[in-house]
Amino acid sequence: MADLTSDFLGIKSPNPFWLASAPPTDKEYNVRRAFEAGWGGVVWKTLGAEGPPAVNVNGPRYGFIHGADRRVLGMNNIELITDRDLFVNLEEIRRVKADYPDRALIVSLMVPCEEQAWKDILPLVEETGADGIELNFGCPHGMSERGMGSAVGQVPEYITMVTEWCKTYYSRPVIVKLTPNISDIRRPAEAAKLGGADAVSLINTINSIVSVDLDAMAPEPTIDGKGTHGGYCGPAVKPIAMNMVAEIARNPATAGLPISGIGGVTTWRDAAEFMALGAGNVQVCTAAMTYGFKIVQEMISGLSQWMDEKGHTRTSDFVGMAVPNVTDWQYLNLNYVTKASIDQDACISCGRCFAACEDTSHQAIAMSGDRKFSVIDEECVACNLCVEVCPVENCITMVRQAPGTVDPRTGKLVEAEPADWTAHPNNPSRVAAE
Amino acid sequence: MNSPYTPGIVPGRIDPSDLQENFSDLHPRFQAHEASVAADRCYFCHDAPCVTACPTDIDIPLFIRQISTGTPEAAARTIFDQNILGGMCARVCPTEDLCEEACVRELAEGKPVEIGRLQRFATDTLMAAGTHPYTRAEATGKTVAVVGAGPAGLACAHRLAMLGHDVVMFDARPKAGGLNEYGIAAYKTPDDFAAKEVDWLMSIGGIRLEPGKALGAELTLDALAEAHDAVFLGVGLGGVNALPVEGGDKDGVADAVTFIETLRQADALATLPVGRNVVVIGGGMTAVDAAVQSKLLGAENVTIAYRRGRDGMSASRFEQDLAASHGVKLMFNVQPKAVHGNGAAQELELEYTASAEGTLSGTGETFRLAADQVLRAIGQTLTTDAGLDRDGGKIAVTGAGRTSRAGVWAGGDCASGGDDLTVTAVAEGRDAAMDIHAVLTGGT
Repeated sequence: MADLTSDFLGIKSPNPFWLASAPPTDKEYNVRRAFEAGWGGVVWKTLGAEGPPAVNVNGPRYGFIHGADRRVLGMNNIELITDRDLFVNLEEIRRVKADYPDRALIVSLMVPCEEQAWKDILPLVEETGADGIELNFGCPHGMSERGMGSAVGQVPEYITMVTEWCKTYYSRPVIVKLTPNISDIRRPAEAAKLGGADAVSLINTINSIVSVDLDAMAPEPTIDGKGTHGGYCGPAVKPIAMNMVAEIARNPATAGLPISGIGGVTTWRDAAEFMALGAGNVQVCTAAMTYGFKIVQEMISGLSQWMDEKGHTRTSDFVGMAVPNVTDWQYLNLNYVTKASIDQDACISCGRCFAACEDTSHQAIAMSGDRKFSVIDEECVACNLCVEVCPVENCITMVRQAPGTVDPRTGKLVEAEPADWTAHPNNPSRVAAE
Repeated sequence: MNSPYTPGIVPGRIDPSDLQENFSDLHPRFQAHEASVAADRCYFCHDAPCVTACPTDIDIPLFIRQISTGTPEAAARTIFDQNILGGMCARVCPTEDLCEEACVRELAEGKPVEIGRLQRFATDTLMAAGTHPYTRAEATGKTVAVVGAGPAGLACAHRLAMLGHDVVMFDARPKAGGLNEYGIAAYKTPDDFAAKEVDWLMSIGGIRLEPGKALGAELTLDALAEAHDAVFLGVGLGGVNALPVEGGDKDGVADAVTFIETLRQADALATLPVGRNVVVIGGGMTAVDAAVQSKLLGAENVTIAYRRGRDGMSASRFEQDLAASHGVKLMFNVQPKAVHGNGAAQELELEYTASAEGTLSGTGETFRLAADQVLRAIGQTLTTDAGLDRDGGKIAVTGAGRTSRAGVWAGGDCASGGDDLTVTAVAEGRDAAMDIHAVLTGGT
């Protein structure tokens, strides 16, 4: 049985599944329920400075994108940081941590970009016994207009500065949460490392308008006829998040910097993918908000089963395993030739592969009078579109053409030796083959 | 108060409120949520097999996508463009043999997209708005006689009216609708839907209904052809085959179509008499409709006796299972031999059959079933061919319903070719209308 125990920055948790700083972790009641349900850790919803707390709108806070059967694909949120008193939160954090010493409890923070503000709050957090802090440099709405959240995360120098303050006035691990609302995620990660961050977590939510009410002619969620951009999250953002995680993992300047992966993690498989790309653990929000805390049970059993099947005894065995295989386009092997192949026994004759290929791709699928679909190898560029629009998984697969055979499309011999763009004759800046 | 066990053919075998429940909608209309979930299952196939399987070629993937994007009214337009009786067809089509059988999800999962119920959701939504979605083209000055106001005639008349022709629609019966009104099980089209659909269809204008006029009686083809620019015959099959066995004329022996018609036109189900032991002879939809309704009226025992095996039944497996689920006993490979009883039927004698080299014959082994009511559902016949060429007992047609006489078209059950289904009749009526239009406006 695989050992799911996670050690992230020396912070132990029984599994690598943490709840992200978000509505589900706003107060003691929810966090206790999460721990009872089996979550390995919790990042408490972001605390602000002492004084009157933030306020939230009193109309709807969330907007959604649905797939078939109203499956939640994406969600956006205009909720701000906690709207509860700082000291109430701190007392609750202290109590919960005392009762669940084996779980990770991280406190998310967002205070003004002034040294004194951080100097004031950090000792208070330290006293709670929480395992570490996460700096919320990512929130894209509301707080950013007040010079906090993503307004900090978008300026690498601020990230370094605030991280340094935290490392000065706080003794436990400091995680910097990054905003994706920036053109190159590597820069803020480098800045965090420069400031002494123990880890980065990403992604925070993406600026978004999820829908427009066509009667009210206003973005949703609509508050008295108006709407604003909110933070987008959920399964739809996972590809964006994973790319950013991989970029940081394979950037020589930040390689080895621990990463907590966030963005659309819904199942054990999502978690394993983030971790393969270099995340030491993952944080979850939308899936819990959609289905409740119980989903962690599937994550635990699924990851455990997969690890057993693959022979991984602990999570650190596979963290980052896929990072060496993330490369730039120019290094992809152009001598790797594949063709689509349709399993006639699995085919249900819907014809979607044909419509997609015929209308929008390379006219490489033939349709017979009795609705049999077959690949025309002479035309197939192996784009994969048919594979992915087919409703039956594994009905269409990509089959590699053996080296030494002729590619019917190009009439050229398939070479056994790899060759990429860097040495391609069409590349004006090619390098001579060695 | 009678009970299922009361001998003879009597009304009121079960409580009136149970009767009402028994004859309620077989497939209630989808709620919006149900429609949304069902529509999500459609794969939007290329050149979809369901469309190919539909006699009226409704663009099914398109209308389902229109439902799923919140525009059922647009979906209804897609349906009505091809099939103006899409509302009725959504209720009575044997979808399990047509679109839903062809659905790729039937192949993939044994559970097709529920096309029929989605079609009903769309058509009901638009029809509930109380408006008619089509307007007539500029008047052509041509008039067309449509004889028979059943599915074929209605579809033909509507399309002709839409194209600007004036239509006089005759029917032998007091009401329009044909088998929709008189011949289909009540639980498939409750709440007087057939009549409402006719009213809605005719609200396009330009169609004048002349009820109570039958071809061969009040009407002659010569006179119709003389008075109109074209004639369409959609007279159906009005004749019923007799039961050619000893005692076949005893009291209690009746036509299934008449039984259904009486039921459909009844004001109160509690007044309808039904036997204690009912045997329906035949293997088509009419047999199933009569048998199931007998059971629903409170008959104790209902049997369908069919002379061939299950595979030979023209009623679909769904219909067979529907009958079985209502407690109707299905007997295969049996043929009627004699009706016994003193004046009124008491027993039906049946003989087992066997098929050798395609020929069916009795084995000589017989048995008797208690039967105070015997319903014949052994096929219907053309009442008159009006002097037109025949093809296998029907009016011979070529192309889009052209008969042997120029200027006369025919479609629906009375015409050769195609299955005897509502949806087929609609397609034939529509196509004949397009051909008539082409001829009247200068085509060939």
